[in-house]
Amino acid sequence: MSRPVRYNIHPIEAKTSDAIGSIASPDGFGGDGFFTAKLSDVVGLARKNSLWPLPFATSCCGIEFMGTMGSHYDLARFGSERVGFSPRQCDLLMVMGTIAKKMGPVLRQVYLQMAEPRWVIAVGACASSGGIFDTYSVLQGIDQIIPVDVYVPGCPPRPEAILDGFMKIQDLVGEESIRRRNGEQYKALLNGYGIQ
Amino acid sequence: MGLTNQYIQEKLVEKFADQVCNFEDTYGMLCFEAPKEQNLKILQYLFDEPTLNFQFLTDLCGVNFPDDKGRELAVVYHLHNLKENIRIRFKVFTSIDQTDVFTASKLYSSANWMERETYDFYGINFVGHANLKRILNVDEMDYFPLRKEYPLEDQTRIDKDDEMFGRG
Amino acid sequence: MNNHNIALPEGSIERQTTTLNVGPTHPATHGVFQNIMELDGERIVSTEQTVGYIHRAFEKLAERRPLYQVTPLTDRLNYCSSPINNMGWHLTCEKLLGVATPKRVDYLRIIIMELARISDHLICNSIVGVDTGAYTGFLYVMQSRELIYEIYEEVCGSRLTTNIGRIGGFERNFTNTAFTKLEKFLKEYPKVLAEFEGLFTRNRIFMERTIGGGAISAERALNYGFTGPNLRAAGVDYDVRIHSPYSSYEDFKFDVPVGKTGDNYDRYLVRNQEMWQSLSIIEQAYQKVQQFKGADAEVYHADVPEYYLPKKEDVYTKMEALIWHFKIIMGEIDMPKGEVYQSVEGGNGELGFYLISDGGRTPFRLHFRRPCFIYYQAYPELITGGMLSDAIVTMSSLNLIAGELDA
Repeated sequence: MSRPVRYNIHPIEAKTSDAIGSIASPDGFGGDGFFTAKLSDVVGLARKNSLWPLPFATSCCGIEFMGTMGSHYDLARFGSERVGFSPRQCDLLMVMGTIAKKMGPVLRQVYLQMAEPRWVIAVGACASSGGIFDTYSVLQGIDQIIPVDVYVPGCPPRPEAILDGFMKIQDLVGEESIRRRNGEQYKALLNGYGIQ
Repeated sequence: MGLTNQYIQEKLVEKFADQVCNFEDTYGMLCFEAPKEQNLKILQYLFDEPTLNFQFLTDLCGVNFPDDKGRELAVVYHLHNLKENIRIRFKVFTSIDQTDVFTASKLYSSANWMERETYDFYGINFVGHANLKRILNVDEMDYFPLRKEYPLEDQTRIDKDDEMFGRG
Repeated sequence: MNNHNIALPEGSIERQTTTLNVGPTHPATHGVFQNIMELDGERIVSTEQTVGYIHRAFEKLAERRPLYQVTPLTDRLNYCSSPINNMGWHLTCEKLLGVATPKRVDYLRIIIMELARISDHLICNSIVGVDTGAYTGFLYVMQSRELIYEIYEEVCGSRLTTNIGRIGGFERNFTNTAFTKLEKFLKEYPKVLAEFEGLFTRNRIFMERTIGGGAISAERALNYGFTGPNLRAAGVDYDVRIHSPYSSYEDFKFDVPVGKTGDNYDRYLVRNQEMWQSLSIIEQAYQKVQQFKGADAEVYHADVPEYYLPKKEDVYTKMEALIWHFKIIMGEIDMPKGEVYQSVEGGNGELGFYLISDGGRTPFRLHFRRPCFIYYQAYPELITGGMLSDAIVTMSSLNLIAGELDA
């Protein structure tokens, strides 16, 4: 004996004309059923909207990151629904919190394990420059050991600031040339940090 | 309403005579000092004596007094009698050349890491400790950073300008 | 690895133990500490802990900073409930300097501290849920924490590391917006907590995952120096708010929940019940604050011009305020010599401040008695003989905050 349907029997027509925004398509030439664009633009578009972050949360900024991941500020709408903890699977290393000298080799190891292309965002004052802890045991900024793409100042930065930093990373990712990682300049940058 | 600072002082003087000295009342808490060889005996007495019953070690830390020659390093124990709700502070002093102090970790398990931290910061050698290694600083560090003679900042850093911070 | 016991227990089917590094970077946001575990299959034979991966030398840093500049350092100890740390430090300074705070200030402080306690326990309980696989509770209560953050923002301007209050009171009076937000919180939060409870407390999966794991007896807990919810779960009703009341806690009626076996489930229940008690304390405190009328309702700090900075308008117009401002900032005030120990009931237990002052502008020695550091020593004893997955749940139910562990 089937029960009568009680819910959703008068579905409302969804007005999608103003509900969904769309981003501009990359520069290209299109026609009926085809669209040509630069490969780096398309690849950049795909990458920037599906960045998988690795939250390297050590201290207080990690709690603000938890707030950013929550539903109020929602990092997932930028494509980062899946945060990974394995460096082999992630694109973006988000270093949040103070990095002490004891932790430095661990951070470097995690960075080395990430596969190209990889980006690094230093969230918070401690990761950018040591913050208020100008002491013997704190690394004065993670750019002493790994190359950093975006710095987000704040102690701790508001979730909106973390999202702004994330959007700047997205800009970098979208504009990046697909030959960058094999080029001489990038190799020189890594050699400056002692990374082969 | 049995236990008062007066009573504790009397019991200690009765048992240890002039080994315990420098009784002070600091903001309501009784504070006294003893030679470092007696620290375990006093802690054991405070633990076992049924009227005193100080069976909770709240805190163990070190202090560096660089100007007191012969008594540069101190180990400070904060003890708490939970039933009567009385706290006392017990200090032992040691010289910076001979920094051996007996460990309290056999009596109180919580003293284990607190003594390692005190060793890490001040270099006080706790005799009888099971695993006296550095705990918070990097293992390769070769000096004891919280002693007053060492600076706070990392001297090898190049990006912070001491002139600008008023330390030039 | 010289403390490791790698002898296989009786009846094991393995030939040697497996070494597993539960390293400083591990999933979920517990913090940075390392455990090198020796496993016999899934059972833990022994573990060696390494801490100090976020050692920021607070105690040495505090020797450089005047009393009011140490407050931002205390924020970063247990950063999930930083107002409690701030208030603890202000109480220590007030004890040293002999400052008495008016009742309205005490009641406002209690409101802020209990909000911080709720915030801390929410994180802990929801992370225990995450570690047993239930992610929903965590995301749901994050929204309540946003309400608490909004209240802090209204009072002091910052969400997480609040630097709230000053020696003698608060930096500004609570605005009507702050009280409106508090009322909104008091209205919405009980429903959220009831729903969260309903999701976990009698959930068979959660109970089977947590009951029995990480148990500790009251005697061992006392010997290990446990305090706070972990000790109360083991059966000892020691709460600093009752034993050494500070900030007028003796004017309030609340219960102290106590567990029986000290396992993970008891810790979850104790924290849950403490959140209800905190809610009741906040309601009582709010009613008491509303009874101050007229000029009394404008009191938000003690009258101590030697330690409390005067209002900026007065500094620019009145001579006396200018002189006090100069003396406080330049350190011309005579500080009393002495040593003081003050403790408060933090989110994890008795957070103590041992301050030795030699009359100078900065502390001669400041030591933080950090509850996390002290009870984390018991972790090997809690997990030996148990399964690896229970060890992870035990780690999160102990509420280890890395900032407080290493300081």
